[in-house]
Amino acid sequence: MNVPASLKYAESHEWLRAETDGTVTIGITDHAQAALGDLVYVELPAVGRQLKADEACAVVESVKAASDVYAPIAGEVVAVNEALTDSPESLNADAYAAWLFRLKPADTGALATMLDAAAYEKLIGEA
Amino acid sequence: MLKQTPLNATHRAFGARMVDFGGWDMPVNYGSQIDEHHAVRSDAGMFDVSHMRAVDLTGARARDLLRYALANNVDKLQAPGKALYSCLLARDGGVLDDLIVYFLREDFFRIVVNAGTADKDIAWFRRLISERAPHLKLTPRDDLAMIAVQGPNARAKVWQALPGSEVASAGLKPFNGTATGDVAGESFVARTGYTGEDGFEVMVPATRAEEVWRALAAVGVKPCGLGARDTLRLEAGMNLYGQDMDETVSPLVSGLAWTVDLTSPRDFVGKAALLATPPARQLTGLLLLDAGGVLRAHQIVHTAHGEGEITSGSFSPTLGKSIALARLPAGVAPGDIVHVVVRDKRLAARVVKPPFARNGKALIS
Repeated sequence: MNVPASLKYAESHEWLRAETDGTVTIGITDHAQAALGDLVYVELPAVGRQLKADEACAVVESVKAASDVYAPIAGEVVAVNEALTDSPESLNADAYAAWLFRLKPADTGALATMLDAAAYEKLIGEA
Repeated sequence: MLKQTPLNATHRAFGARMVDFGGWDMPVNYGSQIDEHHAVRSDAGMFDVSHMRAVDLTGARARDLLRYALANNVDKLQAPGKALYSCLLARDGGVLDDLIVYFLREDFFRIVVNAGTADKDIAWFRRLISERAPHLKLTPRDDLAMIAVQGPNARAKVWQALPGSEVASAGLKPFNGTATGDVAGESFVARTGYTGEDGFEVMVPATRAEEVWRALAAVGVKPCGLGARDTLRLEAGMNLYGQDMDETVSPLVSGLAWTVDLTSPRDFVGKAALLATPPARQLTGLLLLDAGGVLRAHQIVHTAHGEGEITSGSFSPTLGKSIALARLPAGVAPGDIVHVVVRDKRLAARVVKPPFARNGKALIS
């Protein structure tokens, strides 16, 4: 399973990437897309929405099941990946390219508290 | 400890993602469930269905017992090899299981039942045997593996992969089976399935399962998991036991009235209960019209005639839309617009008569 060393991870199977402008990009991990199977529907949060940490804010549905996506850290939604609505399958093709939404973190230190790649690999039983 | 079919190690070697399916360790897909689905609609795919149980009923006048035990009429089976789909009912009319029975000889019927209900079914049949025909013998064939090969090119690929199989099975009409090579039915081919496509269900001794699987794969039959099996059967408008019907509902509210023989004078288990209770609900199809999610089992459906519930729902790869089977009030008719509660939304859906797709073609748009 692909777990890039450059990213941070949440126990609820989201990945986080710090951008140079201070925002944080969030998606679901390769492990999550593989467990869900072929994705056919994505629902994204509204831009401007204030999210609390661990708040359910997006939905991904595969042929098999629906799954909530959580905000790993608190913040304001500043962008969403609209293209996913028409091509949910791009999450299966490359879960790290197919980002879901971008947050302006409420607390700039929150990202550092997330799992690193080694800890996430351990969590999913691959280390 | 999960139960394993004789093909368990083979699935892993083929890259399957395995899941717990009712206590069985089974492949859900080998990569993309949607690709597997399309392979069956357009070419040929294969499924390990060895978790289902073949049970042989043998002895003189075996038909008499089945005439009483099954809701469909086994007297429809006159030519050897002919198969019949039937419900096995409880005395209160609830569905204990759905099954296929093959007539091989007057003293030999083969019954194929669902995995999760097999032990319960066998106990029920044994009880009926002890009450009505103690000379009959019931033999669960745990020594057999079952592989369903389905799709427009399935039969030709079986013949290519399994030398000699064409002679035995070329003349099989749909919904017929034949024991090949021996009288005990160790090798058996039937032109049946659960996908809405042509094809065969092949039974072989468990010891030969891997060799047959690999031979089929070698001629381009795509290994398919239970994920694709579910979307294929849903598109074909076929019920899944435990989801679309179970012991708590009658076949008459499960889209299965066509399988229940209420016209002949024959008595059968559950008949009196069915006649006493006119169906107030029906099982019908839904096609999701609005964007906003995927139809799933247990979602509530609002109709002009009252509430109903989805029993099976998914995304249809053939239609590119979400579809479902739903148990709705009897007054609802095809063409009606209903509303399904999906999370916090009410999404419009059209009532349709299944099947949604068969033989490679969408039948609903």
